[in-house]
Amino acid sequence: MTVEHAQRRTPKVAKTNSVFKKAVMAISGIIMVLYLIAHVIGNLKAFSGAEAFNSYSGWIRTVGNPALPGQTTLWVIRIVLLVAVVAHFWAAVSLWRQAKRARPQGYVTKKATAQSYASRTMRWGGVIIGAFIIYHILDLTTGTVNAEGFDSTPYERLVASFQNPFVTIFYAISVILLGMHLRHGIWSATQTLGQSNRRREKTVSLFAVAFATVLTLGFLLVPFSVLFNIID
Amino acid sequence: MTATHEGAMRSSVGNPAAEKRGMNLTLRIWRQQGPTTKGKMVTYKITDISPDMSFLEMLDVLNEQLIMQGDDPVAFDHDCREGICGMCGVMINGQAHGPQQTTTCQLHMRSFADGDTIDIEPWRATAFPIIKDLAVDRRAFDRIIQAGGYISVPTGTAPEAHATPVPKADSDAAFDAATCIGCGACVAACPNASSMLFTAAKVTHLGLLPQGQPERNDRVVNMVAQQDREGFGGCTNIGECSASCPKGISMETISRLNHDLLGALRAGARPKS
Amino acid sequence: MPLELFTVGEPIADTKAPTDVPIGERWSERKFRGRLVNPANRRKLTVIVVGTGLAGGSAAATLGEAGYNVKSFWYQDSPRRAHSVAAQGGINAAKNYRNDGDSVHRLFYDTVKGGDFRSRENNVHRLAEVSVNIIDQCVAQGVPFAREYGGLLDNRSFGGTQVSRTFYARGQTGQQLLYGAYQALERQIAASSVEQHARTEMLDLIVVDGRARGIVARDLVSGEISTHFADAVVIASGGYGNVFYLSTNAKGSNTTAIWRAHKRGAYFANPCYTQIHPTCIPVKGDYQSKLTLMSESLRNDGRVWVPKERGDDRDPRDIPESDRDYYLERLYPSFGNLVPRDIASRQAKNVCDEGRGVGPGGLGVYLDFAEAIERLGRPAVEAKYGNLFDMYAQITGEDPYAVPMRIYPAVHYTMGGLWVDYDLQSTIPGMFVIGEANFSDHGANRLGASALMQGLADGYFVLPSTISSYLADGPFEKVDESHPAAVEALTGVQEQVQKLLSINGNRTPASFHREVGQLMWDLCGMERTDEGLRKAIDRIQEIRQEFWSNLKVTGDWHSFNQTLEHAGRVADFIELAELMCIDALHRRESCGGHFRAESQTPEGEALRDDENFAYVAAWEWTPAGQPPVLHREDLEYEYVHLAQRSYK
Ligand SMILES: Cc1cc2nc3c(=O)[nH]c(=O)nc-3n(C[C@H](O)[C@H](O)[C@H](O)COP(=O)(O)OP(=O)(O)OC[C@H]3O[C@@H](n4cnc5c(N)ncnc54)[C@H](O)[C@@H]3O)c2cc1C
Ligand code: HEM
Ligand code: HEM
Ligand code: SF4
Ligand code: F3S
Ligand code: FES
Repeated sequence: MTVEHAQRRTPKVAKTNSVFKKAVMAISGIIMVLYLIAHVIGNLKAFSGAEAFNSYSGWIRTVGNPALPGQTTLWVIRIVLLVAVVAHFWAAVSLWRQAKRARPQGYVTKKATAQSYASRTMRWGGVIIGAFIIYHILDLTTGTVNAEGFDSTPYERLVASFQNPFVTIFYAISVILLGMHLRHGIWSATQTLGQSNRRREKTVSLFAVAFATVLTLGFLLVPFSVLFNIID
Repeated sequence: MTATHEGAMRSSVGNPAAEKRGMNLTLRIWRQQGPTTKGKMVTYKITDISPDMSFLEMLDVLNEQLIMQGDDPVAFDHDCREGICGMCGVMINGQAHGPQQTTTCQLHMRSFADGDTIDIEPWRATAFPIIKDLAVDRRAFDRIIQAGGYISVPTGTAPEAHATPVPKADSDAAFDAATCIGCGACVAACPNASSMLFTAAKVTHLGLLPQGQPERNDRVVNMVAQQDREGFGGCTNIGECSASCPKGISMETISRLNHDLLGALRAGARPKS
Repeated sequence: MPLELFTVGEPIADTKAPTDVPIGERWSERKFRGRLVNPANRRKLTVIVVGTGLAGGSAAATLGEAGYNVKSFWYQDSPRRAHSVAAQGGINAAKNYRNDGDSVHRLFYDTVKGGDFRSRENNVHRLAEVSVNIIDQCVAQGVPFAREYGGLLDNRSFGGTQVSRTFYARGQTGQQLLYGAYQALERQIAASSVEQHARTEMLDLIVVDGRARGIVARDLVSGEISTHFADAVVIASGGYGNVFYLSTNAKGSNTTAIWRAHKRGAYFANPCYTQIHPTCIPVKGDYQSKLTLMSESLRNDGRVWVPKERGDDRDPRDIPESDRDYYLERLYPSFGNLVPRDIASRQAKNVCDEGRGVGPGGLGVYLDFAEAIERLGRPAVEAKYGNLFDMYAQITGEDPYAVPMRIYPAVHYTMGGLWVDYDLQSTIPGMFVIGEANFSDHGANRLGASALMQGLADGYFVLPSTISSYLADGPFEKVDESHPAAVEALTGVQEQVQKLLSINGNRTPASFHREVGQLMWDLCGMERTDEGLRKAIDRIQEIRQEFWSNLKVTGDWHSFNQTLEHAGRVADFIELAELMCIDALHRRESCGGHFRAESQTPEGEALRDDENFAYVAAWEWTPAGQPPVLHREDLEYEYVHLAQRSYK
């Protein structure tokens, strides 16, 4: 009986509930967003000069001393962030693969009706942001790929990087992608966590746009200021 | 029909009135013998189509001609032809049920223009295997319902209908969600081939009513587990589903499902294996 | 009466209703006298249920809950698609929530009268009794019926009744009720008490030693034809209105299940009783494949009219009141636009026959909401009928808020069906027939919102009780595919399928279907005459001959072949059409949906002939060339007195 066949068909079982994966994404996303808020504020200290910027960098490494030994706070932040990125990435890839399995053969013709540009670029946009983060750490935290090398101050590395227009443009593209990621991501997270409804939809969307724009502009300010020698 | 077959088409030659009214169209239709055979797009030309025809009536005309030529007619699912049974449904020019937010049987040829080329494909999803041509097997939806899309009330055990009043707003919202016809357009349109809107509609319908409360946590946990098991994709809130849904099931239902699911997991509900 | 068209056999009678107690006690008495099957034994008993509409779905779920082994069959992909899903208007129940004088007795009375005194009192009374339980059951299942602000259920008045007893879920009542039954059924499938056979069509009944013991069915996907066995068979395959080709039924609705059971010995009762619904969207062109119903509830606020003068082709909005004929309000002052369906339909036909019809071909009348929009405001009209108006606009491309709708009658429901007794058992022991597939309860005309009630009454409450009396004698001797009766049925089906494929003529199944349908509509439709029916019978015989010699079906039967499915159904429709015409011809009275031009009052109203025709006509199939045999079941009216219906 074909019916029986159909019923016994055993597709590759998704081991973890798909909605749970989405929740992991939303929560890790939110953690990263919180970090970025702090980060953009920190970045803006560049306008107060090298001193202020470097001391902020130093402060984050020593805050809590001596009650907490060494760079505890920094490492706590780093670990939380790392876990968030990995979890976020894992969930994204796993859902992506599930989607691939769910439709191995695509349509000859497919038209998008409702998808926004932002929602369509979540995946590849996310990957680019991921690549950016790696590059960015090698550039400004470790200095590995930075012209100033790793024994420079953060401020020096910053200025060195952004004086190179290619680096600035790469940063700009990544940050704009991040803005789009968040514009959809913030709305999406409310939906994923079951907090959106018709009444709230407008407000959440507006907030997402406003937040993403402010954050993006905030991040863009420093690199372009360096490029145009407002900061040097 | 290939060019050589065109002579056999119901022709409007000699009937200028019909020629003025009727449309000539090029159809590119996915033809596939069976679930395991390879398929491909095949081009047919069809003439003298009235704008008042429904899309399926246009396919009927094509099929009558194919049969008379001894060719295999195009298989497609349909039954009520009034937009309620959910049996019909094909991708038309890349959109589920075509350019209007309605069922394929309720789409009329006046939505197209003379000379158009129309691409017609089946729903594509691992969980909806192709039976033949444009007909797919959507029993996976039934198995999602089996996993918990009901209220357990054996016949004869019901209390008096007025024993439990239901606020009109809840009842109306439950009704909105309950209008899902199980057509599968949401899956077809979703870039992830996710059945989330279908599942969410049922979870919302039953979850909003007092009668649905006792099984609410188990229902959502099991239905979501089942849709994963069936091989549907996960939902990433893209929204194509709702925009293609002939019954306009809203994205709010998905939020509600997510809410219920996370709540149920916190409360310790786990899917039956 | 021409003897060559049929012969008369022994009368037939229902013996199951306990008529020694008053009518209000008969159903409980029957349940009490009936035998029960002990829960431990139910597991050993198998029941086949064909159909998953309101009747079959509710029956299969309930029998599964009770512990029987159920095998459920349907031809669509999912049980949720049975055509019950399309019912719009509502479901009746004698709840008297409106305190407007409703009662079980009044519902009983209205239904017997509405059926033009051609239904069985006992069955109708039971239906009215059970109606209240249906609503309770459905509400508990989560059916989202319309509610009032206080949270209680809303009711409306519907199709020719003067009390508000109709429960509804916007314009989608059938859908919501069906989903309730469907979900209950899926629950049983999950619990393994119901075995499912989707996309599987019943093609024959297997009768062993006089008992129904199984069916032959074709898996429409693989094409495999196989036998299935049980201790009892329940048929719930819906109505046969598609014999007219154009109807409001689903494209796949068929008579095959009941027709083939008929050919195995089940009597077919009142086949000519067809309901023609007055408010459908008129036909557009010859490509048309299906008619769409606009809910009857529209007549609550819409006014029906045509121009007074024939040939008046002004834009309806330019026709002044003085030039309009609101003919229903004129002819039936007390019921006006709410007269029963048969009357509304026939009057629409009459005005069109007079040449006053509107729209293409003059086959339409206006259903005008201008006055309602003025009185209630557009938002209120939208709230009440919005989805229907949208549907109309979608199909016709016209805006019904601006221009009056055009409507015309269309075939909608068949009151006839397989004959059953009070237990819903057919003349073949072990075969039960429920829902629209049987003939019971509605007589010659069905009132609005009562088919849903009957389907669910049969499936949830009646059949599960009565079938146990039969099954108490089981389990019956085991039968398998090697039994000669099974082999004979199986090969018969295979040969027929093979034959359909091998004719290789020049006409498609659809072309035959269209031809026989048009013929039936013209000659066995809203008005029937002796002459027309004789002509129809002759013509049908010719069509049948041509069908079997000039049909073209492509492909093979070992795969998904929709043309082949259709061909098999058309073959049965052609045979049924002939019996319908014979039935209509022999019933020389007008009653309900059956209007014989020769039998009318001086004012042109239907004239019943209780003297000669107060009976159910149960037809027995006779093989090859023999005329069918008529068995009469006399109808007695103890509680509702025979009276000419009047809606003046
Ligand atoms: C458009 C429309 C509107 C209506 N509105 C109302 C209303 O408002 N109120 C009201 O009371 N009534 C209404 N009716 C009538 C009512 O809907 C039907 O009479 C009733 O739903 C029939 O239910 P059923 O279970 O008998 O059959 P159906 O619902 O037709 O189910 C038939 C089942 O049998 C199966 N089947 C059929 N043939 C075979 C076969 N050969 N082999 C296997 N399976 C088979 C099908 O798959 C299906 O599951 C309406 C009818 C129509 C068409
Ligand atoms: C490591 C690289 C990243 C990848 C591959 C990635 C990928 C994705 C994907 C595929 C989604 C789901 C798309 C959707 O919901 O439509 C998503 C959602 C989201 N992402 Fe990312 N992302 C990355 C980095 C980030 C970063 C750095 C942030 C925050 C600063 C972030 C915040 C979010 C948020 C808030 C969501 C919404 C969660 C939800 O939908 O529930 N992501 N991401
Ligand atoms: C374009 C503007 C940005 C500037 C000027 C900038 C600047 C810096 C600097 C100077 C540091 C090193 C700090 C230190 O070592 O003390 C740093 C670290 C870091 N930045 Fe950025 N950043 C920018 C954008 C981003 C974005 C968009 C992201 C994330 C998506 C990000 C994520 C990080 C992370 C994860 C670290 C490492 C923190 C640590 O572990 O020490 N940055 N950034
Ligand atoms: S949610 Fe909409 S699109 Fe999806 S199955 Fe239901 S009706 Fe169809
Ligand atoms: S389109 Fe797909 S991703 Fe979710 S919101 Fe709809 S199911
Ligand atoms: S055929 Fe029923 S919804 Fe289209």
